Order: sequence, then structure tokens, then C-alpha cells
Amino acid sequence: MKGATILGKDRAPVLATQGLTRHFGGLTAVNDVSIELMMGTIHAVIGPNGAGKSTLMNLLSGDLFPSAGHIHLEGDAITHCTPPQRSLRGLGRSYQKTNVFLPLTVFENARLAAQSRAGSSLRFFRPVLHEATINERAQLAIDAAGLGARSDRVVATLSHGEQRQVEIAMALATAPRVLLLDEPLAGMGAEESSAIVQLLARLRESHAILLVEHDMDAVFSLADTLTVMVNGTVLESGPPAFIRSSAAVQAAYLGGDENMHA
Amino acid sequence: MELATFLIQLLNSVQYGLLLFLISSGLTLVFGIMGIINVAHGSFYMLGAYLAWSLTQSFGNFWLALLLAVPITVLLALTLEWLVIRYLYTRDLLYQVLLTYGLILMFEEIRSILWGDDVRGVSIPAALDASIRLTDTLSYPVYRLAISGLCLLVAASMYGLIQKTRIGMTIRAGSVNREMVQSLGIDVTMLYRLVFALGVTLAALAGMIAAPVSSVFPGMGNQVLIVCFVVVVIGGMGSVKGALIASLLIGLVDTFGKVLHVEVAGVHLLPELASMSVYLLMAAILLWRPEGLFGKRG
Amino acid sequence: MPPSHSAPGRTAARVMLQIALLLALACLPWFAEKYYVQFVARILIMGILAMSLDLLLGYTGLVSFGHAAFYGVAAYSLAMLTPAYQAAWFWTSFPLAVLGAAAAGLAIGFFVVRTHGIYFIMVTLAFAQMLFFLFHDTRIAGGNDGIYIDVRPDTTILGWKPFDLERYDQVYLLVLVLFALVWMFLRILLRSRFGHVLVGIRVNEHRMRSLGFETFRYKLACFTIAAALAGIAGYLSALQFGVVNPEFMGWHQSAAVMMMVILGGMGTLIGPVLGASAWMLLELGFQSLPVAGSIDLGKHWQLWMGAFIVLTALLLPSGLLGAWSALWRRLHHQTPALDADDPVAKP
Repeated sequence: MKGATILGKDRAPVLATQGLTRHFGGLTAVNDVSIELMMGTIHAVIGPNGAGKSTLMNLLSGDLFPSAGHIHLEGDAITHCTPPQRSLRGLGRSYQKTNVFLPLTVFENARLAAQSRAGSSLRFFRPVLHEATINERAQLAIDAAGLGARSDRVVATLSHGEQRQVEIAMALATAPRVLLLDEPLAGMGAEESSAIVQLLARLRESHAILLVEHDMDAVFSLADTLTVMVNGTVLESGPPAFIRSSAAVQAAYLGGDENMHA
Repeated sequence: MELATFLIQLLNSVQYGLLLFLISSGLTLVFGIMGIINVAHGSFYMLGAYLAWSLTQSFGNFWLALLLAVPITVLLALTLEWLVIRYLYTRDLLYQVLLTYGLILMFEEIRSILWGDDVRGVSIPAALDASIRLTDTLSYPVYRLAISGLCLLVAASMYGLIQKTRIGMTIRAGSVNREMVQSLGIDVTMLYRLVFALGVTLAALAGMIAAPVSSVFPGMGNQVLIVCFVVVVIGGMGSVKGALIASLLIGLVDTFGKVLHVEVAGVHLLPELASMSVYLLMAAILLWRPEGLFGKRG
Repeated sequence: MPPSHSAPGRTAARVMLQIALLLALACLPWFAEKYYVQFVARILIMGILAMSLDLLLGYTGLVSFGHAAFYGVAAYSLAMLTPAYQAAWFWTSFPLAVLGAAAAGLAIGFFVVRTHGIYFIMVTLAFAQMLFFLFHDTRIAGGNDGIYIDVRPDTTILGWKPFDLERYDQVYLLVLVLFALVWMFLRILLRSRFGHVLVGIRVNEHRMRSLGFETFRYKLACFTIAAALAGIAGYLSALQFGVVNPEFMGWHQSAAVMMMVILGGMGTLIGPVLGASAWMLLELGFQSLPVAGSIDLGKHWQLWMGAFIVLTALLLPSGLLGAWSALWRRLHHQTPALDADDPVAKP
């Protein structure tokens, strides 16, 4: 099934980086990383803590600027675009550390996300409550993320796992073509986790997804391509079967690290 | 402008700049290490000046007044920290601004009750009451040079304190990472108390030594406070080096803004708009580097 | 509570209550003396100013310490638009004054909204101080002494004079009408897309940016709108006092408004108005303290005000409204709801 989806899609990468590098003082957190992300696929980035996965995410979303290298989104250079510009070009992201509007309700969170796609918000008079398109889009995203029953709850009162779902709902409400998901399963129970895995499998159809995740079962069941990062550099990249059998990966990583079997 | 006049103005601007540095370094240290914005910082400058005046009146000796005023200020700072400031460490910026603003109102009124609302003068101490002749008509007062010298001395000892001593090490660590200092097992309460007292004493000391040249008047603290804000915005919050450079820069702009005559299309720009010039400088820096010259970049 | 959750009956009751209050206030000139009418007018003017600051402080999270600048710009605009010994025309001077304040807000905002947190506080104060010096040190508008408005604006349109601003009671009614309009405007604004974006920026600006909002644009618009509303208050103040001086834009004025907002409760519309009332009453109360021994307690009213501010900052972090709702919850043995602790939570 995976193969079929890939073959059916355009072969030009939606998101691509060339030689992406970021230094922090003397430390090189991301070193010469070139990856490609195809429409209709899930590309997982794995690696031990401190491998530079989160820095890579931040470089892609524009939260950090690279010291060297380029980023292209659908063929356009976005290396110097700000986070809002990237978002409007179709790049959606969720954060590793839950980054939502805690004092607002689930619905209000999703609605703000949906509102960002409805043209300028320099509109001062019409109540948002009457903006049908925005409200519908927010509700769809909430339902898709499996939070339908929690719509009116204040996010701060939700469980950690549910707050992660709010993250995903918000990313979805911006109708992105590329999804950058930073550890979406972190801190989730088994049930919530499998619901999100199913959701990601569904989203694959119409999105290009870059997934950073520590849950190896989820990663190997979802990913079409895997990139293994160690100390800021790409160690190996390829289909799951290739990564599983790679001697370099075995030696450096899959063998010993407790993290990977969490 | 003649060379001698230029030299005089240059010395004036350096003296003003160094005095500003003395005050603003306290402000920036307290913020950098304790995370506290002390709007009442300027009140201590005023307090120092009034103490210098009042004690010189009582004892007839400026140096003795200085010697007594410094411990009084330290004691006051420690008391204030214990009474109110320590409750601000975990509070939002907004409440820090409000509370310390409330303190300003109280200080101003207490000043008015104790010392009245008249402008006072402190005479220059006899040993330094002389001038250096530059030309037949121009001379430069020794006391102003002494102010610069004293400020440099304080700046140098602060550098020594921060770079060379154990407590300085703690301060440096604290300005980089507050949690780290706590985890190192250093008594943070004591550190904060000391830093606050240090910052406040620097401002008061500046007020004391400035008193003979600037006169002593109500509201003098607020005037200086806002200029110090500009210094800190330009230099970068928490950076002592930035405060030094920004202070000297403002000293130059302010001093020369007041003596230069600039006219564009028949409209006098300088010296009429001299008091605005430092703010315009700030605006320009903000466009270029919103976090200040030596501020941490996000 | 978002409007979707309150019963239509309750909303209607609330609107009725507001209209009744407004009508009651409108009747004041018929049974109160001039002094009290003017005092209430000052409270309402400060209420407008405090609401405009709350748009920045409570809704958007921008702690402006220089808001009086815009109040002052509009006040000076009226003074400078008024020819010597003649009246300015209300219908041009009012919009021009408000536009002037908005333009100053746009210009200053362009610089200040780039900064965050502590820088924002210091930079807003510094720019306000720059304007203060502009009027204080130059002779463009009377310098330090200020400038008098000899004749109050004329409202005649084609020979018809709808109201007479030389009469204190009609000034009061104009203030009341504008107060109600500003209130309604803010209510509508806060429910709009724009209002929701402002709350989003306060709660989590970083996330707003990653959702695709260029927050600079919205913060600048908000700063400009708040400046324009402060301008309405400034115009009315100049109109009522008949004199404008640099203290209008001084930092004590900025701090006083900030105090009103916090005292009442940030992030609500009624809070700043309550805060303005409480502040004005306190000021009056402290000023009328007697002489005790050798110290004139009333003359040193700022000492008590200062002490009051210190105590408020220490003890009442969520303002009068917050304290009231905490007390109410305790009396009714309710567990604190999360959103009630943060009155700003809901737009």
C-alpha cells in the first residue's frame, strides 16, 4: 500500500534542504543536512537526544535561521522566510513541548489557527462567531484530531495527551501541505497514541509529513523513509528495511540506546 | 568650534557619560542578575545628592558626608530589599514596574517632608576647587575631571570584582543562568540582596559626586532614570559593557546637541531639540538592533 | 464566557442594565452640583483612557508605560487648533486631534512593537518622554507653562448649534456619549477577528507567528487604535480643563492610567472604568487629608498614593474584579475555575 501511494505521486520533493547547517557558538547542532520530503509520504527523522532533530525542525519552520545551506518549499527558496511566511506557504508544525493557547478553549485554539487561512485579520467589526467558514474549518480539524468531545474545554484543564492532540488540530486547521511533527506521541497513553498513528496514516494521503519521534514501533509502522541523525549529521537515510539492516545504524544506535525501544 | 572649546565639550561629555554609566550599570546589573526592573533606581541618585547636601551642611565636610552617606544607602537598600523587593522575584514585570513606581512617589514626598522643595547647592570641596587654564579665556574645573576619575575608578573596581573574585564569578554565572546558580548551592537570597545593594549604592554614589556640579533639586532622579533607560535600551539589557559604551555615546550626543547650532531651512534643530536627540538615537538603534548593541539575540 | 454559551436572555438583561446605567448617568446634571458633574466627567474621561490602555495591556499583553503621550498629543492638538480668543470648530478639531494621536501612535508604534517585555516598557516610556520634551523645551505650544484654550470649540453646523461646550453640563453629556461609543466600539472590536488575534498574541505570540500571523502588523494596528482612543480622552480633557501643559503626557500620567487598569482588573472593559473611579476617589480622599502636627497630610497625598500602589502590587495582583470574584468564590464554596483566575482568558 505504501508503495502504491508513493508511485502515484509527483516525484519532485515538496520540501528539500541542501547542506543545512547551524552553529551555536562552537557547537554544530545541525551539520550539512540534505533531506527531501515527498508528497504522500511520511519521512521520519530519528536519532538519540541531542542529535539535532529539534534544531532541524526549528530551521525548517523558521524559528531558527541556518548558518549555511538552503531550504526549498515546492521549488521556492524559503531559507530567509519568517515563520509566518512559511506557514502561509503551506508549512504546518507541531511542537515537542506543547505550545498552544492554554487559557483558551480547544475550539478557540483551532479557530485561531483556521483564522490564519481566511485572509487578513485586520477586520474589526464582524464577530468571529458569525464567520461560518472559519468555525467550520476549526471544527473539522478538531474532529480529525479526535477531540470532538473536548471542544469547549479550556486547554489547560486537558490531559497532556489531549494537549498534544490540540497541537495536531491546530496544525491541521492551517490546512498545510507539509506537516512538521515534533514528537507528536510524546507522553501519550497507548490508546491515544494508536489513534494518532491512525490519523497520521490517513493524513499521509494528502500531505508530506516530516516526523520526529522516539516511539520506534510507530516510526517503523508509519515511515516511508527514515533518516538517522547522530551529532548533527545524517548517518544513514533510506526505507525502513534498509535502515533496520544498516550496519552503521546498528553500531551507532539501534543496538544500545534505551531511548529507541521506549 | 575652536579646539579648546571642543576639548572642553569633549571632557564634559565624557564626564556626563561616565556618571550615566555609574547609574545605569546598577540598573542593568539588577535586571541582568535578579530579573528585576527597578523604576525607583533614579530615586537613589536623588537620595545620594540630598544626603551629600544634608550631611555636608551638618558636618561642613564633603568627604565626611560621602563617607557617612554610602553606608546609609547600603542599609536603606538592604532594608528595602527585605521589606518589598524580595516579593517581586517571582512576579510579572508589570507588578515590578508598578511597585517600584509607587516607591518613587513615596521617596519624592519623603524627600519633600525632610528636605523641602527648594533647589540646593553643594559647594565643591576645597581641595578640588580649582581650574586648569586651557587658553587665555577658557579653563576647565578640576572637580569635573575628578568626577571622571572617580567613575573610572569605580568602573575598574567593578570590573575587578566581577572578573576576579569569587562573588564576581557568581554574579557572572547568575546573569547567564539563574537556575544554574541555584543548583550550584549558592545562597541566591544573599546574592540578590548584595546585588541590589550594589546597584542602588552605585546610583546614590553618582548622585553624591554629581551634587556639586549639577545642584540638588526635586525630580532630579526621574530625569536621570529615563536617560538610563535609554542607555540600557541602546547598550542591551544586562550588559555592563553595553552600558558603558551607550553611556559615553549618549554623553557625546547630549553634550554636543546642546552646544552645536544646526539650522535646516531656517528652522533651528539644535540646540532647541537637544533633549530629543538621545531619544532619536535610541530610535535609530532600535531599528538596527531591537535588542540593543550588546543584548542577547533571540 | 464566550457569547455562544450565555443564554440570550442573560445577554439581553446585561444590555438593559447597561442602558439603564447610562440613562441614570445622563440624568446626573439635573440633580447634582457643577463640581460633582465635572468630577464624574473626569472619571469618565479617565475611564476612556484606561480602557484604551487596557486594549494594549490586558488584551494584547503590551505593557505600555507611555500611553499618556497620545492623550497629550490630542489635547495639544485642540489647543493648537484653537485660534487666540476664538473657538475652533468641533467637527474638524475633534477628528483632527484623534487623527493626530493615531498618527503619533503609528509612528511610535513602528519602533516600539519590535521590542518585547522589559524593552517595550522602557522604550514606550522613553518615546513619551521625547514628546514631553518636545512640548516642554520648545515654544511651539507655550513650553513648560502650557497653553490655554480661551474659547471652547464651537459646534454650530449651518447655523444650528446641537450642543454648547461652554456649558459644563453639555460637556458632561458629550463625554458620556463618547464614553458609551468607545465602550461599544471596544466590545465589537474584541469579538472580531482582530480582537481574537490580539488575545492570541498576548497568550502566545510565538505560536501566533508559527500559525502564519505577522504579529508586528496586528500589534502596530492595536497600538494605533489605542492611541486614537487615548486621543479622544485627551481632547475631552483639554476641553474640560481649558488648559494643556506638558504634564498631560508626563510619565506620572502614564503610570496613573496603568494603575487604574491594574487596580480595576486587566482584560475586561468594566475593570479599567472601576479602576479609574477608584483612583480618582482615592486621589480626592488623600488630597483632603488634614494637617497633623507639622506635616500637611493632604499636601503630601502622593506619599499615601505611593504606599497604596505598593500595597496593591503586593496584595491584589488581579485587581478589584479579581479580588471580588475570589471573595465571591470563597463565599459560595466553589473550587476556583481555571479561567476565573485569569479574567483575560476569554475575549
